[in-house]
Amino acid sequence: MVVAQRVQKVSHPSDDKRWKIIDATMRRAGNDRHALIETLHAVQESFGYLGDDALRYVAKRLRIPLSTVYGVATFYHYFTLKPPGEHLCVVCLGTACYIKGAPELVDRVSARWNVSMGESSPDGKVTLLSARCVGSCGLAPIAVVDGEVVGRTSPDELVDRIERLGNDDA
Amino acid sequence: MTPDELSQLSVEERERQQGFEHCLNVCTAASCLSSGAEEVKKGLTTAVKEKGLREKCRIRGAGCMGLCSSGPLVALDPEDVLYQHVGVDDVPEIVESLDTQPVPRLLCDTTIPFFQRQKKIVLENSGRIDPERIEDYIAVGGYRSLARVLTEMDPDEVVQEIVNSGLRGRGGAGYPTGLKWGTVAKATGAEKYVICNADEGDPGAFMDRAVLESDPHRVLEGMTIAAYAVGATQGYIYVRAEYPLAIKRLRQAIKQAQRLGLQGDRIYETPFRFTVDIRLGAGAFVCGEETALIASIEGGRGLPRPRPPYPANHGLWGCPTLINNVETFANVAAILREGAGWFSSIGTEKSKGTKVFSLAGPLSRYGLIEVPMGISLREIVFDIAGGLPDGKSFKAVQTGGPSGGCIPARHLDTSVDYESLRELGAIMGSGGMIVMDESSNMVDVARFFMEFCMTESCGKCVPCRVGTYQMHTLLDRIYNRQGTKRDLELLSELCEVVRETSLCGLGQTAPNPVNSTLRYFRDEYEERLVSDGVRGPSGDPLAQVEMTP
Repeated sequence: MVVAQRVQKVSHPSDDKRWKIIDATMRRAGNDRHALIETLHAVQESFGYLGDDALRYVAKRLRIPLSTVYGVATFYHYFTLKPPGEHLCVVCLGTACYIKGAPELVDRVSARWNVSMGESSPDGKVTLLSARCVGSCGLAPIAVVDGEVVGRTSPDELVDRIERLGNDDA
Repeated sequence: MTPDELSQLSVEERERQQGFEHCLNVCTAASCLSSGAEEVKKGLTTAVKEKGLREKCRIRGAGCMGLCSSGPLVALDPEDVLYQHVGVDDVPEIVESLDTQPVPRLLCDTTIPFFQRQKKIVLENSGRIDPERIEDYIAVGGYRSLARVLTEMDPDEVVQEIVNSGLRGRGGAGYPTGLKWGTVAKATGAEKYVICNADEGDPGAFMDRAVLESDPHRVLEGMTIAAYAVGATQGYIYVRAEYPLAIKRLRQAIKQAQRLGLQGDRIYETPFRFTVDIRLGAGAFVCGEETALIASIEGGRGLPRPRPPYPANHGLWGCPTLINNVETFANVAAILREGAGWFSSIGTEKSKGTKVFSLAGPLSRYGLIEVPMGISLREIVFDIAGGLPDGKSFKAVQTGGPSGGCIPARHLDTSVDYESLRELGAIMGSGGMIVMDESSNMVDVARFFMEFCMTESCGKCVPCRVGTYQMHTLLDRIYNRQGTKRDLELLSELCEVVRETSLCGLGQTAPNPVNSTLRYFRDEYEERLVSDGVRGPSGDPLAQVEMTP
């Protein structure tokens, strides 16, 4: 027996227009629970991270237990549950970068901004993440700073680059 | 669209292209883009416009040309000239020289073994067509195999052709592709699915990314042929979210194929219908395992489950599902175009065709290569890649990523095929190949891969979740000169236990890097050992627990 599923009326957590993008993603998939990962991608793309309110909203709309949504969100490394810092520094820790000294890049950035891997610095300036190979091994070691690939870099150069970004904002 | 209309479109596009006197192909794959190819392309476009040469010159963003170490690359058609390390400053000179002699200081010698020793099937169009235009693909004969399959062949004949070709899965394990297709074709189910595994997770591997970025239609055509052969109507490409350019080009390609009626209902005016959707991965290595990948497409945590039942019988949403890797699908259209006999004439007795490798490490030349199966590792490292520069000496080549192993210099003459590499304790893998010189410590390399497996273990089964953690602890201890002989024994024992008892491929192959380095570089482990009782305070008591299966 097929019971017509009532689409629950769930109001947006805030009057932010970005929720409409999230709604559209879910609608495209017929508000089906299979759309969970797609929806979380949409949330992260729009808001930069998966906030508590977003997880609750998605869970209600897709009629999935919040625990399951949280389980999926934390299973995948790509999703982050904390707001990112002003600047994002992703250091590639693929094999080629690793043997060309990527760990030193991590150490230097980490020491300079007092930030550990996967976290944002206390001053909210820099978020440090690692990637498992960005696929440009010819340019090893690589960091991606605010979406821009910095290839064949050195610890000094990388730190300098992020510092300059900070100054441009001021 | 009908097959005749396809031929018509192909002819028209070729005529249009021949209308240009010069075509400047700028490599716009990831590596060249990172070194400034986009600026070069913009510069060339502006310069050609200013010179009033727009009618004569076509500037084309093309896919990967392979020699990433010399990027950004620009290739000239029909002069057959390749420029390397092109910067924005070189643009005026290049445009100026179009009708005269090429610019000598930028020339890249295309007679070197790097180009001559390769055999291109999967990458035949890579760097030669604009991946963002379906017309470019059609002009070089694209979608013609699909037309022939749909109008002249039965699904059984297609499966038989793939069986005869001897094609084996390019994702790493090397399962015969024809056999897999046959199983799915015979399976019964209300619905069947075709999935393209583009969750390229091995660190140091970027072949699939290059194929998707350089020739996305090739993969779509392969998937569509597969769908016809096995009786599927819906396909999914599961691609890493970390590959934004590949995703963008795939999305574009799907739209273009739909517009021309090469996807959707009534493809080529036949009753056959097939649609491909994209599903994004979210950074979980384990999702490269087929049952975990299916769980992820279904919207859940990417946890593998025991096999059998295999996805061929019980896959996505419980329906028969065909899962192949990007490179496997990329071979399909060429096999049907040239015939199974042609394909099986390339390679060795058991490994047919070619393999794409991404070559990295301290080499004179590196990048993306496609070589016939059966070539020796020595030819790849010393001929194609030109050996190690600055007098560095070769130590090992790592194939197969975290599931593979390190092969030492004395085995360099091994033939590159599934069986030979497995005998050496490595695997073909998806195609990452990383060369190391004497500055790399093998215990550190093993520790690096074990750290990877430990972090990526999904946690479902104990041997993998706990075993990789313990192995990492032991490796860390040995690397820091705090391990004893007993630790080394424990490590070997754990390798065995984890390999034998893990649920999925991730755990079963996680010990490979340790095993192969232990086998070939045991002295590097032993020289770091200390005698019992000397161990420092950081000794972790947990690792002392005897592990019995």
